[in-house]
Amino acid sequence: MNDQVKFTIDGKQCTAEKNTNLVEAAKMNGIYIPTLCHLEGVKPAGSCRICNVKINGRFMTACTTLVVDGMVIESNTNEIQELRKIIIETLFVSGNHFCPACEKSGNCELQAMGYKYQMMVPRFPYEFEEKEVDAKTTKLYIDRNRCILCKRCVRSIKSKDGKSIFAIKGRGHKAVINIDHKLANQMTDEEAMHAMETCPVGSILRKERGYVDPIGSRKFDHKPIGSEIEETVTVK
Amino acid sequence: MSKPIVATTSLAGCFGCHMSILDIDERILQLIELVDFNKSPVDDIKEFTTMCDIGLIEGGCCNSENVHVLKDFRKNCKILVSVGECAIMGGLPALRNNIPIEECLHEAYLNGPSTKDANPDKILPNNEELPIILDKVYPCHEIVKIDYYLPGCPPRADLIWNALVALVTGDELKLPYEVVKFD
Amino acid sequence: MSSLVQSTIEKYGKDATRLMDIITDIKKELGVLGKGEFTEIADQLGLSSVEVEQTYSFYHFFSTDSRAKYNIYLNDSLVSEMMGRHEIAEAFEKSTGTKFGSISSDGLFSLHNTSCIGMNDQEPAAIINGTIFPRITTYRVRELIQQFRAGKEVEDMVNSFGGGKNQSDLIKSMVTNNLNRRGAVIFSNYEPATTLNKLKDLKPEQVIDEVKNSNLRGRGGAGFPTGLKWDFCTKSPGEVRYLLCNADEGEPGTFKDRVILTEIPHLLFEGMIVGGYAISAKEGILYLRMEYDYLKDYLNAILDDFRKAGWLGKNACGIEGFNYDIRIQMGAGAYVCGEESALIESSEGKRGEPRNRPPFPVQVGYLNKPTVVNNVETLCSVVKIIEKGADWYKAMGTKETAGTKLLSISGDVKYPGVFEIEWGMSIDEMLEMAGATNVKAVQVGGPSGRLIGQNEFHRTICYEDLPTGGAMIVIGEHRKILDVVKNFTDFFIEESCGSCAPCRYLTVILRNKLQKIIDGKGVTKDLDDLVMWGEQMKKANRCGLGQTAANPVLTSIENFRSEYETRIEKGKDFDTKFDLNKAIQNSSRYVGRFPQA
Ligand SMILES: Cc1cc2nc3c(=O)[nH]c(=O)nc-3n(C[C@H](O)[C@H](O)[C@H](O)COP(=O)(O)O)c2cc1C
Ligand code: SF4
Ligand code: SF4
Ligand code: SF4
Ligand code: FES
Repeated sequence: MNDQVKFTIDGKQCTAEKNTNLVEAAKMNGIYIPTLCHLEGVKPAGSCRICNVKINGRFMTACTTLVVDGMVIESNTNEIQELRKIIIETLFVSGNHFCPACEKSGNCELQAMGYKYQMMVPRFPYEFEEKEVDAKTTKLYIDRNRCILCKRCVRSIKSKDGKSIFAIKGRGHKAVINIDHKLANQMTDEEAMHAMETCPVGSILRKERGYVDPIGSRKFDHKPIGSEIEETVTVK
Repeated sequence: MSKPIVATTSLAGCFGCHMSILDIDERILQLIELVDFNKSPVDDIKEFTTMCDIGLIEGGCCNSENVHVLKDFRKNCKILVSVGECAIMGGLPALRNNIPIEECLHEAYLNGPSTKDANPDKILPNNEELPIILDKVYPCHEIVKIDYYLPGCPPRADLIWNALVALVTGDELKLPYEVVKFD
Repeated sequence: MSSLVQSTIEKYGKDATRLMDIITDIKKELGVLGKGEFTEIADQLGLSSVEVEQTYSFYHFFSTDSRAKYNIYLNDSLVSEMMGRHEIAEAFEKSTGTKFGSISSDGLFSLHNTSCIGMNDQEPAAIINGTIFPRITTYRVRELIQQFRAGKEVEDMVNSFGGGKNQSDLIKSMVTNNLNRRGAVIFSNYEPATTLNKLKDLKPEQVIDEVKNSNLRGRGGAGFPTGLKWDFCTKSPGEVRYLLCNADEGEPGTFKDRVILTEIPHLLFEGMIVGGYAISAKEGILYLRMEYDYLKDYLNAILDDFRKAGWLGKNACGIEGFNYDIRIQMGAGAYVCGEESALIESSEGKRGEPRNRPPFPVQVGYLNKPTVVNNVETLCSVVKIIEKGADWYKAMGTKETAGTKLLSISGDVKYPGVFEIEWGMSIDEMLEMAGATNVKAVQVGGPSGRLIGQNEFHRTICYEDLPTGGAMIVIGEHRKILDVVKNFTDFFIEESCGSCAPCRYLTVILRNKLQKIIDGKGVTKDLDDLVMWGEQMKKANRCGLGQTAANPVLTSIENFRSEYETRIEKGKDFDTKFDLNKAIQNSSRYVGRFPQA
């Protein structure tokens, strides 16, 4: 047990193997740190910023941090929750999210964050910027209105010879997700399904598939995102 | 003490939110105990006859009439509530918001599947009686001050009920996870 | 396969990490790259086409269409605006018959806005096909366009040369140096190679120790102790190390590196050799912003001289086993590439997105090797420290901030230009030095710094008090603070890499709110919102750009609150200015009805 380190999250004593990713380490201790761009086993992007915590008094993203002994972590404070809420609301208005008509609704992680953080008051104006939909590939279509640029797809969906099928185009608020038509057309059905599931929102969609789960039996219909982590504590 | 008075309207909405109000089932009887209705499709009162306590707005503003009605509600209601996604952010009608108005009208009246052949004279509706369409669909709070928001498409009946009761009784509003949804 | 793409890729050894150079060369020929080129390049380099486009579309000078014969990039920095950019922009539009962001129908001209080009001391300035045109007047615009229409080349229109080395054969530029004050370190008497000749008698550790002892802190803005950085780097595991010199100089209002690169590049290259020797680097890379492309041939020629003199190459400076050379890496228009890890990404041929930290560049840097990134001025200082000793250096400046600092002063001053001062000068003294009167505010450290008012002019320039990378924008009494803030906020929106959600879009939200206030539609709560949301930017974002992007808003509200308040009706809690007539204008016109309310 030499490699075990001790740290605290909101005062709670935690242990984990040294150099575990903080999101995972918290999870093992029954604490949910919200994430959107994080994808287990894939190099972190640190782009959505939702997993911001305070470590020894400094803001850091949990998904890009490895735990070391003695870390004092704050996560569930008013200050941090407010920051997360603002980020979620920002993501909503930076795209065009018409949840009632979205194939991902009920299974969408962004929407689930909206629920968890009780996004009730529209404090940021909706700009309704035009975003292009790309339906040119055989199995997938890309609805950029909903993309939150988490880069999960960019980082993890590769062709057989290791090339990126997805990439970012442009920069700043004009950045959009881009799909390589040639490579995408070579994807198998399973790979296409996997791409859709990788996307936390309804931006990558499998053609001819939508609204499969009836309301009431979708992922986030009954319980807030992350509640499964906070209910099951695996480390004593 | 007289009962609080409620007014409701549907602007650029689909009446789904009103359906959801009715979806409170047998509690509708309690509701009638609790409040009186003034201008509302529920009782078909067309104009305000008195100052109201609570105005429930379904739908955003897509045309000039919506704007007039909304302003009228603001004038005649102490508290205004945006009910549903359309009132809050434009909702599905706002899908047209990044399409130029010319294109929208063209598609709707001249070139759409159902109008292409049915409108040989290429007429765009333009009677003085008709409200005129706005450049985009506006969320209600961009036109008048809105006090509360009830999300959902439609908002769950329980959400509307809980919120109304809290507003009327002044009790703290407790919202179980399952009642706040955006769809 | 087009021979242009093929030969360019071969020129760079089919090396995907040289994608920046590959695109630069092809773009120079074609003016724009499309799907065809992306695919060709991708196939050759083993990438996907969207990966190539990913890099291409990141950089301003790549993604803007420059297929016209004359491609005009007009600076839109604050000082350019203060010096009359608006009239110049109008004149360009009128005489070329095209709008900004497009190409004239005859294909002769394209007009583009561009972020600060490092000419704040001679605005309004534009870059036309790579050549700098400073101090443009409307007269000059008409003349230029007329002459271009008559078939004159861009070079033909260079009708004067700025002073100093700007006149040298390989530069021949109209840019002036405006070196208004020499000092004891950077712009002092300089005998080339004095320090290089000393190197063989010093061990790398000794060099690092001397720099450590001097208390030199990085001049790029962050102020990290240079000796310590070098020490960390040498202690990181791995044989191969790199030294990168940051000549991206993108902070609006800074132009001091430009003057160093023009007047004393020998000193800089000497510094890059000293640094490279100290950390036993394999190679040094000068990352030069595209805006300074006009200096590239000149700098390369000097590097050639260095090689001939034996200061670079095998056994450089006569030191057995010190095999070290320097190459120039061109940027392509992205302020964020000045952030050290973005600079590394960019040098590797990728989008200039800052990396997550840790690991730091000194641990995992260029090509994943331990890397030191230093500012131009930092490396110049090092040469003098090794020549004259740490004690000599430490004797200058304040207790905690040793040495001298180059200030780039611009805006409402009589003598805009570069001033080398000892740390510890007050803002009041500085203003007097540069000939500024009736000053309302000073933007210390560029947009990412602080906007201060008269009540802070007694403060002194040093790390203990007012730290700065040297950009000093002086704002006169007659200016409107909100215009300043708006320009800066637009700058950050334009330059955000887009990685972090808050930096990408909360900036836009802030700008829109600011615009609302400027338009007279603000309400009392808007100010609180601006502060509250701005504070989140500091906490939420990955790199310095996003963390400071709200500084203009925050520091101006702190110091110039009344300029906001005068635009907000007292006690107003909701803006009722929704304009129905405007909202129905287009549909009324389209259906043929007169506007009705
Ligand atoms: C957005 C951003 C832009 C920057 N631009 C520059 C720059 O143009 N030049 C520079 O030397 N440092 C710049 N920096 C600071 C660098 O990250 C880095 O700290 C510096 O190059 C280190 O060199 P120094 O220690 O010699 O100052 C920038 C930082 C940020 C966050
Ligand atoms: S992606 Fe998620 S948040 Fe966006 S519209 Fe779909 S369900 Fe709503
Ligand atoms: S498409 Fe989906 S997975 Fe890819 S960046 Fe956008 S939101 Fe993330
Ligand atoms: S803070 Fe802004 S510029 Fe910096 S990494 Fe994040 S998005 Fe990019
Ligand atoms: S989950 Fe950590 S930044 Fe997105």
